[in-house]
Amino acid sequence: MKWIVGSFLAIAAAMLCFSFCAGRNNKGRAINCIGSTSIQPLAEMLSQEFDRQHPESIVEVQGGGSTAGLQAVAENIAEIGMCSRSLKDDEAGRFRGIPIALDGLAVVVHPDNPVSNLTKAQIRDIFEGRITNWKQVGGADATIWLITREEGSGTREAFVKLVMEAKDKPAAKAGQPASAPADKAGAAQAPTQHPNHRISRKAMTQESNGAVKELVKHNRGAIGYMSLGLVKDELKILAVDGVYPSLDAVTAKKYPLVRPFLYVVKSTPSQGAQAFIDFTLSAEGQHMLVKEGLISVR
Amino acid sequence: MKEATKDKCISLTLLAVAMSAIAGLALITAFIFKEGLPIMGKVGTGSFLLSSDWYPQEGRFGIFPMIIGSVAVTIGAMLIGGTLGLGCAIVLTQFCPPRLVMFLKPSIELLAGIPSVVYGFIGVVILVPAIAKYLGGPGLSVLAASMVLGVMVLPTVTSISVDALRAVPKAYREGSIALGATDWQTTHMVLLKAARSGIVAAIILGMGRAVGETMAVIMVAGNTLNLPRSVLDPVRTLTSNIALEMGYAAGDHRKALFATGVTLFVIIMILNIIALTVSRRRARRVGST
Repeated sequence: MKWIVGSFLAIAAAMLCFSFCAGRNNKGRAINCIGSTSIQPLAEMLSQEFDRQHPESIVEVQGGGSTAGLQAVAENIAEIGMCSRSLKDDEAGRFRGIPIALDGLAVVVHPDNPVSNLTKAQIRDIFEGRITNWKQVGGADATIWLITREEGSGTREAFVKLVMEAKDKPAAKAGQPASAPADKAGAAQAPTQHPNHRISRKAMTQESNGAVKELVKHNRGAIGYMSLGLVKDELKILAVDGVYPSLDAVTAKKYPLVRPFLYVVKSTPSQGAQAFIDFTLSAEGQHMLVKEGLISVR
Repeated sequence: MKEATKDKCISLTLLAVAMSAIAGLALITAFIFKEGLPIMGKVGTGSFLLSSDWYPQEGRFGIFPMIIGSVAVTIGAMLIGGTLGLGCAIVLTQFCPPRLVMFLKPSIELLAGIPSVVYGFIGVVILVPAIAKYLGGPGLSVLAASMVLGVMVLPTVTSISVDALRAVPKAYREGSIALGATDWQTTHMVLLKAARSGIVAAIILGMGRAVGETMAVIMVAGNTLNLPRSVLDPVRTLTSNIALEMGYAAGDHRKALFATGVTLFVIIMILNIIALTVSRRRARRVGST
């Protein structure tokens, strides 16, 4: 009996000790990157290469979502937040957004769907639930199943901003350098403004780009939106306002749905974090991002 | 003397350990209510529970469709899991050779050990496309969620029902057989009636599990904010609402998710209290016979 209690206490003490030591060790060196699941795989790739080149530092990448990333930066849990949309006005004051790449937002349908082009107004009507059958936009007679992302997702917010809330003129919001390219691209050719465009309640909500892809792949009537770099070949990507999101069209900003990928920091990042940011923006880092289907900011 | 002090020491230590577990429960409860109640007051409890408008960005929080979603999915799960579970329990206690029971009962209980994400994955890959193909609709639906949950609650319902049926005094069965009733007549006219409260408790505990399940439901229910009109429509449950949006939520939105948690907490508490009362009543009755 005695030795059982004794060994139990000893193990508990050892664990406590260990966790303290581990905590202390990490504190000095690890750079935490938290945020968007759209950027996460890219940041993981960058961090692996960065760690290889700088063995003295550790970059730890976690998902959670754009807004969670910002919150983590605000609470000093993470040094770098990853944000897959432009910062909102109130956020732009508190954080500094560093654009690391531009990403196209692809509107995707099942490969067998005959529709291959929609205008932005049509996409908006579809996602608002006003167009409910594919034949209304020149397709087969089949119900449209909407697939959207959850509230707070950077991809969703970028979609809402670029499609649902698109305005007449280029957005007049100044003082937000990070969002400038997206705003201009998003507002081009937008039809008249409707107040309060919401994504229909009937839209099915999925919590990652991968889940959206999986659903659209298996549902002939589905339409969704996701990061262009992650679509690969399994889904049909629609042209928007007649422009197919090829690399050239996105680079030339002809394709209307483009959003920035940001690193978000509080003010002056630590040396280690700055080194990782510099690496991402370097020719090498940008080259890695371009290979994944993104557009360089350089 | 010395032995007595040692005993006391050990019992005090154990008491402290037990208390820390209860303290954890109390802390969690207090925290959920502290975070969730203010927003319910701000929005108005009535409109929070009965409005269908969930637009967190606009500060509108109504969880009615999710309550309905949870209820619909749970009822479906109990229709499937309850029927199957009770059937299993009857077979295991009445019509099955003991050797087979030794194999079957652990296998059903093994179902409880499979991680819920695995259930969800199987649902997405096999069940959802099958429903879309043969029954129509998007596949992600009340039906898919109910079927997945039905299998998930099977071990809970089965093992508690088995215990309830086994607790029926042997004399009842023997008496019934002696009166000339067949096995099946004995089972449904005598044993099921005698074990009724235990079976009700099993079903209610299964419901608790179904209401609380999250991961598998997120994967197969579709998570729309719309009220479902048929079992083939997708729905969002209370748990999926919390899990889907927690990562991103801030401010009032986050608090509204805690309030969703409060609602869920109250529902599960009510279910558990019913289960406890019912099974206590059984204990009293069995004790008095």
